Amino acid sequence: MSWAAVDTAQVEGEKGRRLEARRILYLLGLVILLLSAVRSFTGASDLTSSGTYGAALRLGVPILLAGLGGLYAERTGVVNIGLEGMMILGTWFGAWGGVEFGASWGVVLGILGGAMGALVHAVATVTFGVNQIVSGVAINILAAGVTRFLSVIAFTGHGGGATQSPQVTSSLPDLTVPVLAGGKPFGWQSPDLLGWFEGHHWFLVSDVAAMFRGFMAELSILTVITLLLVPATYFFLWRTRLGLRMRSAGENPVAAESLGVPVYAMKYLGVLISGALAGLAGAFLVLEAAGIYREGQTGGRGFIGLAAMIFGNWRPTGVAAAAGLFGYADALNLRSALAVHALLLFVAIALLALGVWYLFRGRISAGLLSGLIGVLVFVWYAVTEDVPRQFIFITPYVATLVVLAVASQRLRPPAADGLPYRRGQQTA
Amino acid sequence: MNTRVKVALLWLLVPVSAIVLALVVSSLVLIIIGENPVSAFRSMASYGTQPNSLASMVNRAVPLYVAGLAVAIGFKMNLFNIGVEGQYRLAALLSAAAGAAVSLPAPLHIAFIMLVAMAVGAFWAGVAGVLRVKRGVHEVVSTIMLNFIATGLGAYLLANYLRKPRLPNELIIQTRPIPPSGGLPSLAVVGGEDLRSFLVIAIALGIVVYVLIWRTRFGYDLRATGINPEAARASGIDPNRMVVRTMLISGAIAGLIGMSDLFGFFHAYTLDFPTGLGFDGIAVALVGLNHPAGIAVAALLFGWVDRAAQILDLEGIPKEVIIITKGVIILSVVVAYEVVRRIVQAQEIKAAAEATRKLEAQKEAVAA
Repeated sequence: MSWAAVDTAQVEGEKGRRLEARRILYLLGLVILLLSAVRSFTGASDLTSSGTYGAALRLGVPILLAGLGGLYAERTGVVNIGLEGMMILGTWFGAWGGVEFGASWGVVLGILGGAMGALVHAVATVTFGVNQIVSGVAINILAAGVTRFLSVIAFTGHGGGATQSPQVTSSLPDLTVPVLAGGKPFGWQSPDLLGWFEGHHWFLVSDVAAMFRGFMAELSILTVITLLLVPATYFFLWRTRLGLRMRSAGENPVAAESLGVPVYAMKYLGVLISGALAGLAGAFLVLEAAGIYREGQTGGRGFIGLAAMIFGNWRPTGVAAAAGLFGYADALNLRSALAVHALLLFVAIALLALGVWYLFRGRISAGLLSGLIGVLVFVWYAVTEDVPRQFIFITPYVATLVVLAVASQRLRPPAADGLPYRRGQQTA
Repeated sequence: MNTRVKVALLWLLVPVSAIVLALVVSSLVLIIIGENPVSAFRSMASYGTQPNSLASMVNRAVPLYVAGLAVAIGFKMNLFNIGVEGQYRLAALLSAAAGAAVSLPAPLHIAFIMLVAMAVGAFWAGVAGVLRVKRGVHEVVSTIMLNFIATGLGAYLLANYLRKPRLPNELIIQTRPIPPSGGLPSLAVVGGEDLRSFLVIAIALGIVVYVLIWRTRFGYDLRATGINPEAARASGIDPNRMVVRTMLISGAIAGLIGMSDLFGFFHAYTLDFPTGLGFDGIAVALVGLNHPAGIAVAALLFGWVDRAAQILDLEGIPKEVIIITKGVIILSVVVAYEVVRRIVQAQEIKAAAEATRKLEAQKEAVAA
């Protein structure tokens, strides 16, 4: 399981990390192989269609942004339960900016809106030392109220209302990789090579082609930026001086302060970046996903982002993997009930394989438990026709609880995460 | 001035300053959108003091009060039950379904529904408690996840198992109605508005919680663990047991949040059933400084503001301005609370140092 292994890599350093990368690649290969096998067997083509991968990407992006937002705050030692509220502010300001000044201003204002919520959180928790959970909850309540009020004065009578904005008419540019994934650059009808492979439903070949096509066709510019943010975050936090200082504020603020790191400033920076990313996530929902602001649009994605951050063991690549997983589940749920049902077969086989692996490694009870659950899932697959939609809705939350319950010893949050810090205090 | 009085006055400053600040901010917001704050507050005051408004205020306050109690008991030992929302909604759904499935004489029927609700709430909160104690999962994270799981699970159960069979062109999704023996009559009719009688149970609950926290061994352990977990552990309090028991109690109280609406108005769990009370409960507990009396005042205040704001729409002022008022109250209370807490702590340290010095001086005098 990759999330558990990421931690080992952290301890063993560079060499371990390279081994780890190889292991993750093997695992990914196995997953793709198994998915295509299940796809051929069940005929649920949406399991690996480029449309599903594209949708997974679109649905995963806001979760990834929120997750990275949580990462920045918690790496400086501030728990940010207010992500949801900051994302709500991002949706409202994104829509308002989009309606009034055009889509790119929507993005800017969405980011600023989220950062505004974050500023409140930073002032309360860092300057005044208010409990971080309490402040986060207050911001969630406040954000929902402020946006409702703002909608009444800005949208009512202007084509919107108390709970929704007018349609945002301008949009952001899309990218499609020509030749490989089609598209029409400069009015020239490009061939769609990967689409051609996908259309033939060859075992494995078509599935891999579909995956690449999903990641290359009709990409929003924000999606590309978000994907680039993953390596950028890693580089910034683990390879720059400022990043090291920010993380030191989250690991041991007393020691950091004694070495001259301005801990308060680092925490402010972390929380502000956190809010900006959550705001961008909100703007994405409005400008890319819906084209309109609606109350409750975020639908708890700020909290799913938080879950993705935990699931990903407070590391950018882990967050990305978790967001991709949650996005994939969402995408299947949207596109095809048949594919969701077929996914049960995939889960059953994966659990059985994991059980065999555990037994092979001598972990008898873990192996038996995993095998037993695998059998149960298989029975579920065999005796039912479809999976209730509500079960897909709760999947990310259940998955996070299970990961926390099973692997919490392997997870490693920043050492001073969530602890109040007052400048000049003597001990952590 | 007596130090105790001084400290009490300092604490009182917390809600008062928050309310003043909230009034200032909301006035500013009203001025910015071109309304006259004075006339807005005046019409709220006159509408809000009509008898039916007062009854409505109490009806709105009761669930908030229960929610505040549920949250506060966790807060008292630094345990964050963010999951009150999920606990009460699941409890309301399952207890409404259970109440419709049985027929009992009136008092027993009410007691049965309340017991089911408390058991469901306690179970759902207990999951978080056990996860914290056995697997080290922080309760904030687990209760947030459990909130969403409760929403999904509740929707699934309602749609597939607990739903009242629909008539041909009926669109409402709800549980079977609870028979009259499982409802509470109104306490009084004030100005045409029913005063719901769950109020009596809520008051009793507040007294029970007060006694539990301030007058029992359990409550002492609870507060001790909240103030200094290390010291509490050293004096023989088992922190794990305290976490599980407090979560169970908090969840059981949370289960009762929906009962006032269930017994007095809905008589079934419908899709219109009030949501968000769990989060409002966090706000009420914070503003009420985690004390049953303070929570009562905070719940009444929020209930009154909700009711009185209804008049604003008739005056052409968006009533949503009060959401900002409430938000400012919550945020400034938590900030003011932290500031006052630090002042009081500093004073205590100073007083302790003073006392030690006097004692030393006395000892030296005796020795000489």
